[in-house]
Amino acid sequence: METLNLFIRSIFIDNMVFAFFFGMCSYIAVSKSVKTAIGLGAAVTFVMVMTVPLNYLLNQYVLADGALIEGVDLSFLSFIIFIAVIAAFVQLVEMIVEKFSPSLYNQLGIFLPLIAVNCAIMGGSLFMQQKVGESIMNVGDSIVYGLGSGLGWWLAIVMMAAIREKITYSHIPAALKGPGIAFIITGLMGIAFMIFSGIQL
Amino acid sequence: MKISTNITGPLGSNNPVIVQILGICSALAVTVKLEPAVVMGLSVIFVTAFANLVMSLLRNGVPSRIRIIVQLVVIATLVILVDQVLRAYVYDVSKQLSVYVGLIITNCIVMGRVEAYALGHKPWESFLDGVGNGLGYAMILVIVAFFRELFGSGTLFGVDVLTRFGYTNNSLMLFPPMALIIVGCIIWVHRSLNKDLQEK
Repeated sequence: METLNLFIRSIFIDNMVFAFFFGMCSYIAVSKSVKTAIGLGAAVTFVMVMTVPLNYLLNQYVLADGALIEGVDLSFLSFIIFIAVIAAFVQLVEMIVEKFSPSLYNQLGIFLPLIAVNCAIMGGSLFMQQKVGESIMNVGDSIVYGLGSGLGWWLAIVMMAAIREKITYSHIPAALKGPGIAFIITGLMGIAFMIFSGIQL
Repeated sequence: MKISTNITGPLGSNNPVIVQILGICSALAVTVKLEPAVVMGLSVIFVTAFANLVMSLLRNGVPSRIRIIVQLVVIATLVILVDQVLRAYVYDVSKQLSVYVGLIITNCIVMGRVEAYALGHKPWESFLDGVGNGLGYAMILVIVAFFRELFGSGTLFGVDVLTRFGYTNNSLMLFPPMALIIVGCIIWVHRSLNKDLQEK
């Protein structure tokens, strides 16, 4: 039950985009068509499901206070370790996909390098580190948290792309076209998502 | 001449946040109050300036295949420095900024400027470019935080401004979505003034 609660929370209430603004750069830039939005969302979710548990293990067995050497707290190194894991993992995924599935590589190719600097991925790991001991107790929870956060981001970017496809023919003031209206729509969607706050399973 | 545009460009027609749409991830969450917004702005100015300087010094020695990882290491080191300094001297603000200090690493402004500018220019110019872009980012942060704190809590830097005139706080301004809407409005005003930036 606790795990299901974490899953629902990370998708709807603590949504990466609407509650924390994570991954906004690619969210605004790549939400012009639903098809590419689905591709990027899938890639982000996948990388997140893999890197959050990896970073959880590193956090528990290397970085935490006294985990590696008795009496040594390495947690100040967590930024550099997390980003190195994410960058290395993205590089690895890129090479594997290129080798075994060139067609998928062509679809995702442009997005994969972008993911390394997607704030949502790094944010997922940093929030995981804060939640250790509170709602994340073991590796399973960290996988669930990574999956939920990724799905929440995916949901947000696909919804946004669908709305932006619809408003192509609307009469928007010239200065507001493009990013301006995208920000305001995201704000309104964020207000709509506030109805989920307080849901407790 | 050219060097002065490195500083002034990002403040106006080439602003990293509202024109290039970079670094929004962390720009909005820290703008509930002015104080964390100013601290965040200063931290980003420091990181962009020195990341640009270091990468510009290293630009001839780093093979282009591994440049991304070198950049990440340089940036992450600078961010760790900032984080440790903030924790030592302004602990309360550092608590409010929580994970967003760490997210300066993945702030697209830092990576974007290193990639687009520092790898092809001399150290001093790159340093100024970093300062300029950091300032452009800090400027948007402060504008958004000004409106959110003024109308959300009725204060500025914690000093009571509006409530003494019988103003009732509008707590909607404190919720995350309002930051997005304010940035949308800033873009609207900015593009009305700079017509060449408007999309067809």
